[in-house]
Amino acid sequence: MNLDIFLQQLVNGASLGSMYALIAIGYTMVYGVLRLINFAHGDIMMVGAFLTFFAMQSGIPFEAALIIGIAGAAIIGILTDKIAYKPLREAPKISLLITAIGISFFLENLFTVLFGSTPKAFKAPEYLTKIFHLGNIYLPISVIIIPTVTLLILAIVLWILYKTKYGMAIRALAFDIQTVKLMGIDADKIIMIVFIIGSSLAAIGGVFYAVSYPSIDPLMGIIVGLKAFAAAVLGGIGSVGGAVVGGFILGFTEIFVVAMFPELGGYKDAFAFFFLILVLLFKPTGIMGQDLERGRF
Amino acid sequence: MKKIIRNIVLILATLIFILYAQNNFDSYTLSILNNIAVFAILALSYNLINGVAGQFSLEPNGFVAIGAYFTAILLIPADTKIDMFALVDPAPIILKMHAQFLPAIIIGGIAASLVALLLSFPVFRVRGDYLAIVTLGFGFIIRIFAINNPAYTNGAMGLNDIPSNANFIWIGTIALITFIVMIHIINSKFGRAMKSVRDDEDAATAMGINTFKMKTYAFMTSAFFEGVGGGLLASMLTTITPDQFSFLLTFQLLIIIVLGGLGSMSGTLIATILVMGGMEWLRFLDENIILFGKDFGAHPGMRMVVFSILLIIMMLFARRGLLGDKEIFDYFKRKS
Repeated sequence: MNLDIFLQQLVNGASLGSMYALIAIGYTMVYGVLRLINFAHGDIMMVGAFLTFFAMQSGIPFEAALIIGIAGAAIIGILTDKIAYKPLREAPKISLLITAIGISFFLENLFTVLFGSTPKAFKAPEYLTKIFHLGNIYLPISVIIIPTVTLLILAIVLWILYKTKYGMAIRALAFDIQTVKLMGIDADKIIMIVFIIGSSLAAIGGVFYAVSYPSIDPLMGIIVGLKAFAAAVLGGIGSVGGAVVGGFILGFTEIFVVAMFPELGGYKDAFAFFFLILVLLFKPTGIMGQDLERGRF
Repeated sequence: MKKIIRNIVLILATLIFILYAQNNFDSYTLSILNNIAVFAILALSYNLINGVAGQFSLEPNGFVAIGAYFTAILLIPADTKIDMFALVDPAPIILKMHAQFLPAIIIGGIAASLVALLLSFPVFRVRGDYLAIVTLGFGFIIRIFAINNPAYTNGAMGLNDIPSNANFIWIGTIALITFIVMIHIINSKFGRAMKSVRDDEDAATAMGINTFKMKTYAFMTSAFFEGVGGGLLASMLTTITPDQFSFLLTFQLLIIIVLGGLGSMSGTLIATILVMGGMEWLRFLDENIILFGKDFGAHPGMRMVVFSILLIIMMLFARRGLLGDKEIFDYFKRKS
């Protein structure tokens, strides 16, 4: 592998890692406050990508369509919490997991029924797909824009978490939900904010995914969601920074293993799973997580 | 004593019904009965790990696939395999593997059980929901392996011409055995230990129960029967493809055990009949829908939308399912 190809794959890896990172942040934040693996998270990403797609089809420009997609995903996220998770806050964990699966399966099948299961071509605006070249490297501009936007979003999320009152409440909730309630904080409102942040980021990740692999289908959220979750665990579940680190590691690994050993290409969806197994075996707290029973950000 | 007589009478009656059904029912009824019995085997064993031991997992499709592939490879004669493998020649070991029906399905079960043992080391090191997502991933991985190893599995085309040894006598009897084994496990030392792990893991540990061991036992037993069920399924359908073992299968089983009541084996049996019957009955939802004289076209997946809403509603309003975690006999006991 010469330097040109190496650099090209490096940028591709960063771009793929960004998508995993954006989706992983949602997993990690919801896990932090509710101790729940939000199975529907990958499907919320799918909803975001679909809404953006349909908005664009009806003639709305990409930027505005993206905002519609984000808003739609956020609303679905809030509804999921209000309908399926909130009534079960005091119930055993297993009940919550089952409703989460129910929501996930519902969204997948509803979109299949409404829009069919055939993949739809996603036409990104030209300024994202235009190819530029640096020396011998040829790349679409999106692979530069996606990681940049992701890091910007990470900065905003960290700012919310550490510099605002809401962020402080979110972090407090991750430690002890009962005490936080006694302090007069509206826990349900804070949880809603977490779902808004997580779902919005998932929608952005979903649109990035649609731009990079220019097609979307109702089941796209399953495998990407699974990988993003593996990224969150790898980075240390409960830690936003960890989710981003985990996402990038996973993205780089996937791209480089396939580039170096093309015969393993068929297994590329399995890497995340092996990572997950290895992390659970040797360091269940992940790279940046501390204590699984007391999630932190 | 009365209880033993009652049990023997019940078992004999079931066996007589199985024999009678096999010889007298028409093939459509028998195919529905076979389907129900196979799903009963799968759901009963799934309920052991999810309901009794309380370890929420999503792997049955993976274990069923392992059992189905092992059984199919063991049952198909060598020259049929050579004809069938179109993409690449079958691996030599695949050609050598051959067994009778009963050993074949048992080997399928053992293979699934060993994989469960391997999986238990990473997932039971941490608590709770990791098991769910790792086992969910495992189901996908099995599919990826089946597609990417055409020398062993014939890739995405799957295996066909599997000898159909599995009639209702086999499937029904094995379903009955599964039920009896599960009831025995629940009422044994192990079953009580598993329940204590489910209800309060810290207390169980404090009482000297090795929780890791109990979870692994439950997981392996469950995997064994899921593998056996997979073998029966393969022989019943005579053809298997990787896509058959998608998450949809697990989802159906999840609905069954939630409806029946997590931890209740007789509830699972009743729910299997209701859900499999319901699936058959709701088939019209996936076909062309004609409303007010207007054709809305076919909507494949509509049944699953209905079933996922059903699952959510059940969890929100009737979390205990039909029978809770009790058995049907417990409801007939005289209150004293």
